[in-house]
Amino acid sequence: MALSGIQIYKLLPQTNCKECGFPTCLAFAMKLAAKQVELSACPYVSEGSKTQLAESSAPPIRLISVKAGGLEVKAGNETVMFRHEKTFFNRPGLFVRVKSSLGVEAIKDLVTKADAYKVNYVGMDLVVDGFAVEADEEATFTEAIKAVRSATKRPLILIGNEFAIKSGLDNLSGENPLVYAANEANWEAMADIAKKYSTSLVVAGESLDDLAGLTEKLKVKGCEDLVLDLGLGHLGNRLAKSTQIRRLAIKKNFRTLGFPSITFANGHDGQDAIEAAQAIGKYSGFIVLDRFAPDLFYPLLVLRQNIYTDPQKPIQVQPGIYEINSPKADSPVLVTTNFSITYFSVANEVEGSGLPVWLLVTDAEGMSVLTAWAAGKFDSERIAKSVKEFGISDKVTKKQLVLPGHVAVLSGEVEEELPGWEIRVGPREAVDIPSFLKHAL
Amino acid sequence: MPIEIPKDKWPGTIHTVTLGATNGEGGTRSKTVTFGGETTMPFLQFEAPVPHKPVVAIEIKDHKPEDWSLLLAEVWGAAMTDPAEWAKAAENAGADIIVLALSVNDENGNPTTPEKAVGTVKKVLGACGLPLIVFGPGQVDLDNELLVPISEATKGERIVLGICEDKNYRTIVATAMANGHLVTARTPMDVNLSKQLNILITDMGMPADRILMDPTTGALGYGIEYGYSVMERLRLAALQGDTMTQFPMIVTPGFEAWKTKEAKVGEGVPGSWGDWKERSINWETLTAVSLIQTGADIVVLRHPESVKRVKYAIEELLMA
Repeated sequence: MALSGIQIYKLLPQTNCKECGFPTCLAFAMKLAAKQVELSACPYVSEGSKTQLAESSAPPIRLISVKAGGLEVKAGNETVMFRHEKTFFNRPGLFVRVKSSLGVEAIKDLVTKADAYKVNYVGMDLVVDGFAVEADEEATFTEAIKAVRSATKRPLILIGNEFAIKSGLDNLSGENPLVYAANEANWEAMADIAKKYSTSLVVAGESLDDLAGLTEKLKVKGCEDLVLDLGLGHLGNRLAKSTQIRRLAIKKNFRTLGFPSITFANGHDGQDAIEAAQAIGKYSGFIVLDRFAPDLFYPLLVLRQNIYTDPQKPIQVQPGIYEINSPKADSPVLVTTNFSITYFSVANEVEGSGLPVWLLVTDAEGMSVLTAWAAGKFDSERIAKSVKEFGISDKVTKKQLVLPGHVAVLSGEVEEELPGWEIRVGPREAVDIPSFLKHAL
Repeated sequence: MPIEIPKDKWPGTIHTVTLGATNGEGGTRSKTVTFGGETTMPFLQFEAPVPHKPVVAIEIKDHKPEDWSLLLAEVWGAAMTDPAEWAKAAENAGADIIVLALSVNDENGNPTTPEKAVGTVKKVLGACGLPLIVFGPGQVDLDNELLVPISEATKGERIVLGICEDKNYRTIVATAMANGHLVTARTPMDVNLSKQLNILITDMGMPADRILMDPTTGALGYGIEYGYSVMERLRLAALQGDTMTQFPMIVTPGFEAWKTKEAKVGEGVPGSWGDWKERSINWETLTAVSLIQTGADIVVLRHPESVKRVKYAIEELLMA
């Protein structure tokens, strides 16, 4: 039975020592109740309380962390089936598979390229999370790992049998890779390895029953940092299994399968993109792609960013001046808010029009034009303030400011705030901007 | 002991809707398309079978659009200049349904006349045997001026007329009711607005199995997460028994994706965006596939390669 925050608070030291990273014991208790932190963060909790809290404090899906070189890929700790119910927390890691048979030089080329990959999306740099090195040829595995490590510091997944994995781990120190995979035949040897090198371990089995049997046995052996491989079935099968383990964990608190999962996306002709996209939407923790290509990773990284956005906190863009289609001193200045979708709708239309524009993005606390206006976050003062703050007057000679049509009512006030500027009222909808620019300005 | 899988049992069912009418049914279509009827969240076949699979529509225009991506112009080629040829090409590309989106102006820049629009619709119906959805140009007066005669001229074909919005639905619904057609109702990414418009249309007497709802979506990177969650919430509400959300969902990932810079243009973009064609296909495909997993029953696409990939994904999702 899960305890409430208040019930948990009563079991804590109540000293507000802050060592857990939260300002008060009550705040920490609330986080525990929401299953977003582990009780072990509290150094002073009594043994008695620990036992009582053990059940309610452990997240239903165990947090697994794969680390190397100061970088970390985390999965697990999720609490909902649908993102609107709260949010999805830990974005699944995107890994590129590197087969040892590829040869040292080819491996270095591939990994160097993928490691350096960086793409900007709404001001964030999105990158590849790590590499899955596979001993498809046992003799070359050690060399392959060295080659990968010479080209990247990112976290690794090691794929191979127990002998290959062991030799591989001997060549990696001071990191916690993810080991693939323990199965019915080798689980004892894999458990020994995972314990000795303190790595997380993937568990592979045909059915959920097989997986549950293995995780139970591994737990007895002392291995609790596990990841489930749900197999290479059809998309329908993958969806069913991932839904089932998520439900079992979240709704039934079924710890035996309360682990994140790993997905292999290896289809041809763009099918890998579809498999990975499904894995992003439907609960995967680690996604391994067979190839690296920017046209594959860019959409996937963006999709992951979108799905894992907290629905309560819309993505905001940085307030400031955005130059679209190389504006000049006589180009108009369009004003909008910093709600990402608003910004994108406007920027997209302006870009599509091919006409040069200065887009002035005002800090409206991430709200859309109408919402921000109604909330008093997008008024003449704020607009005037951003005009001054971002120094747009230095960039233009024409001083023509276009307000969104929805806030036409502000034009008089803005005129007063900004002497010397001609205030125009633009269309209400972004889609009408191109024709407004062409015909009305 | 085998694991007991928790199964959701829902009281609500999505309406089953059939589009198009064959000769024997008062139309001229060579086949009809049926979708909807779901009793679970998408593709959860361990709970209930999927009664009808989601379908793919291809969007064509009444004349060659000026503002479409060069990649689309390239792939459709000369067919784009003739809606009949374009419809045939779309049928060959694997479309289940044709969406004909009318323009404000004709190819000479003159306002599209009702005669011309009716002529275009008839040409498309004559050229291919698929069921048809017709979108007006999106301006209230013009939509009504064009859609009413189209509705009358195609009586009995069971086409879909759109797009009903809160500002303009009465005329479209009335003519669809009078001529045996269906309507699609679009609202801007909001569960309550969606319900409200469905109520208004239902109150006019439109039968439930002749309404589609379009909750609107954003493309990948441009707000897909809003549409995505609104669709999940609508579908959950429907399954929970809310009758005003139990309509099949139609969305337009093709339109949304091909508006984005990522899909639309190949020059002057960062190198980290990769190969233009593959990127744009992924942009459209991933937008569509993500939305299908939230409950979309019809996805309207633009590029034949995306159609192929999305159809592959649907077949794959049906395999448990």
